[in-house]
Amino acid sequence: MQLFIEQVLNGIGNGVVYGSVALALVLVFRTTGVLNFAQGEMALFSTYISWKLTTTGMPVVGAIAISMAIAFIAGAATERTLIRPMEGRSPLNVVIITLGLFLGLNSLAQLIFGVDPQQMPTPFPEGSVSFIGDARIQKETIGLIVVLLLECLALWFLLNRTTLGLKLRAVAGNPDSARLHGIRAGSMLMLGWGMSAAIGALAGSLVAAERTGFDSSLMQTILVYALASAALGGFASIWGAVIAGLVVGIADALTIQYVDALDGIEVVLPLALILVVLVVMPNGLFGKRTVERV
Amino acid sequence: MSEKSGAALEPMIGVAPEDVAVVPTGGEPSLWPVVPRPVLGVRIVIGVVLAAAALYAPFYFQPEMNRVLSQAVYLAIAAMGLNLLTGFNGQVSIGHGAFFGVGAFTSAILMIDYGWTFEPTILVSAVLTGVFGLLVGLPALRVRGLYLALVTLGLAVLFPRVAQKFVEGTGGVALLRPSRSEFSSLIDGLDDDQWAYLLSLAIMVVLFLLAWNLVRGRVGRAMIAVRDQEIAASTVGVNLAGTKVATFAISAAYAGVAGSLSVMIDRIADGTNPILYFQRSIEFLVAMVIGGAATILGPAVGALLLVMLRRNTENLIEGKEVLSPAIYGGALIAIVFVLPEGVVGGVRRLLARLGRRSVAAAAAARPPVVADPPPTTSPDDSH
Repeated sequence: MQLFIEQVLNGIGNGVVYGSVALALVLVFRTTGVLNFAQGEMALFSTYISWKLTTTGMPVVGAIAISMAIAFIAGAATERTLIRPMEGRSPLNVVIITLGLFLGLNSLAQLIFGVDPQQMPTPFPEGSVSFIGDARIQKETIGLIVVLLLECLALWFLLNRTTLGLKLRAVAGNPDSARLHGIRAGSMLMLGWGMSAAIGALAGSLVAAERTGFDSSLMQTILVYALASAALGGFASIWGAVIAGLVVGIADALTIQYVDALDGIEVVLPLALILVVLVVMPNGLFGKRTVERV
Repeated sequence: MSEKSGAALEPMIGVAPEDVAVVPTGGEPSLWPVVPRPVLGVRIVIGVVLAAAALYAPFYFQPEMNRVLSQAVYLAIAAMGLNLLTGFNGQVSIGHGAFFGVGAFTSAILMIDYGWTFEPTILVSAVLTGVFGLLVGLPALRVRGLYLALVTLGLAVLFPRVAQKFVEGTGGVALLRPSRSEFSSLIDGLDDDQWAYLLSLAIMVVLFLLAWNLVRGRVGRAMIAVRDQEIAASTVGVNLAGTKVATFAISAAYAGVAGSLSVMIDRIADGTNPILYFQRSIEFLVAMVIGGAATILGPAVGALLLVMLRRNTENLIEGKEVLSPAIYGGALIAIVFVLPEGVVGGVRRLLARLGRRSVAAAAAARPPVVADPPPTTSPDDSH
């Protein structure tokens, strides 16, 4: 039982990470309808910026805040310069652009910040607190969970309880008719990309702080799990992405512990989960049914 | 006025209206635009020149360059497989790297553990990956668009791990290297590298012709109908599930053959790099899109362009090799910006414009045969 609880806590720790990157993916998808394969590498770049700022003696929280601001601007600029011109063209073109960004950002990060592993300082207190029985949970993990919950609440509030959120959703749903209502669709799309880049920057910085040393491959595996979480959550729901992230994280940790046959190929699990969910519920766990017209 | 009296429409003149619908099926199905004669001429010239260049290349270049060209050939085959699925059938896959890997390991394992010669293993790879594609294609029926892309992405990420778990090469790692002599030329007078290139090229030509025939016929029309309007296609009797799964299987088999050939050309089947086959999948997708999706020559053009681009960005900046993916990625973005329909799409558009102009010129040179002459003539025409 002890071992089981420990593994679950372990899984939650990873799941929070998957959830927060999935959140960025979902946000960009919900506000602009694009699946951004470069999300992970954008986060990686921002993480390097946070790290670089902390090496100048800046407090960690301040460094992360500045890097989030930079990421916001860079994300909005990316939308404006690279994604917007593809409007009305084949979606495959957008996929190629995000893949080009994926390759480019990764190698630029290596060029600018070097290939050696770096240590990102953590903003959370060190140590652990005891949980059920003898199982202990890292304070960092608790911090990650709190941050993620706050992010979700803020996003949920923004999207569902503010006029700005309504505009964002309107543009995502139907840009043309949103424009007819006097909404500046372009600004909304830039805002969507900017916010998701900032969330990615936060997620990346916290993940890097949690690990001992990070390099340019930091986000690659995480991106796969985050994509799995986003798909599992239905790509439309903020809570869905986070819960699915936790499900994937916990399931992954338990598989590693208990299923020897999958030793080394644990990544089968999120995929199998996606497949099962999509076959049973084609719109994901938290997605809505859509009716298609011909 | 020009387009109506075009040379391509000549056979239609004087034909009773009810026969008109039959005319296009004489040459090509009506789905495909009728090609104006001058454009056809240009196409034939381009084709002959390309074929001659492709055949002469291995005797002109050094072995090292021949290897690069051979890589372009196997990349083209895989990209064509993906093109059938994504370009013509609308199912986006980022998992074809996995099929490629299955093909590569099938060949390598058959040769190393079972002592096969290389050539027959290609056939086994094709069948095996075809079956594998069928198995993946079945659940893919329930999954569409973005989700399908994600599930297939998972395949590509999963494959190297499965290989690491179940394949044991030299030193216990998932790395298979069939010996050099296994791939020696079967024809006297051809060097090994020339043989590898020409064999791959021959297989590519056969597979491209097969794909061409496939998409021009009934099956191809069904594939395109499913891509464009799935529900509408089903109402006119297209077997949705059958078409999709069959396309998936064929497409996977192409990638498998490409994987087999890669063992001959690169002399390695590698399962140690966790994102290698994901990168392969991206390569196929990129080759297809920059060459021109849903065209026949597109994948080949795109593959050649991609291989050359990669080769030339590798050593572009001395001491800054780490930058090559950045240049490569930047170049991809630039190509998408300049040629949204890919190279072949762009050339086709150029030719269409050329054809229209020459048709216009021809029509201006002789009096129109059609019943009603154009009411207005531009000053240029009045000489």
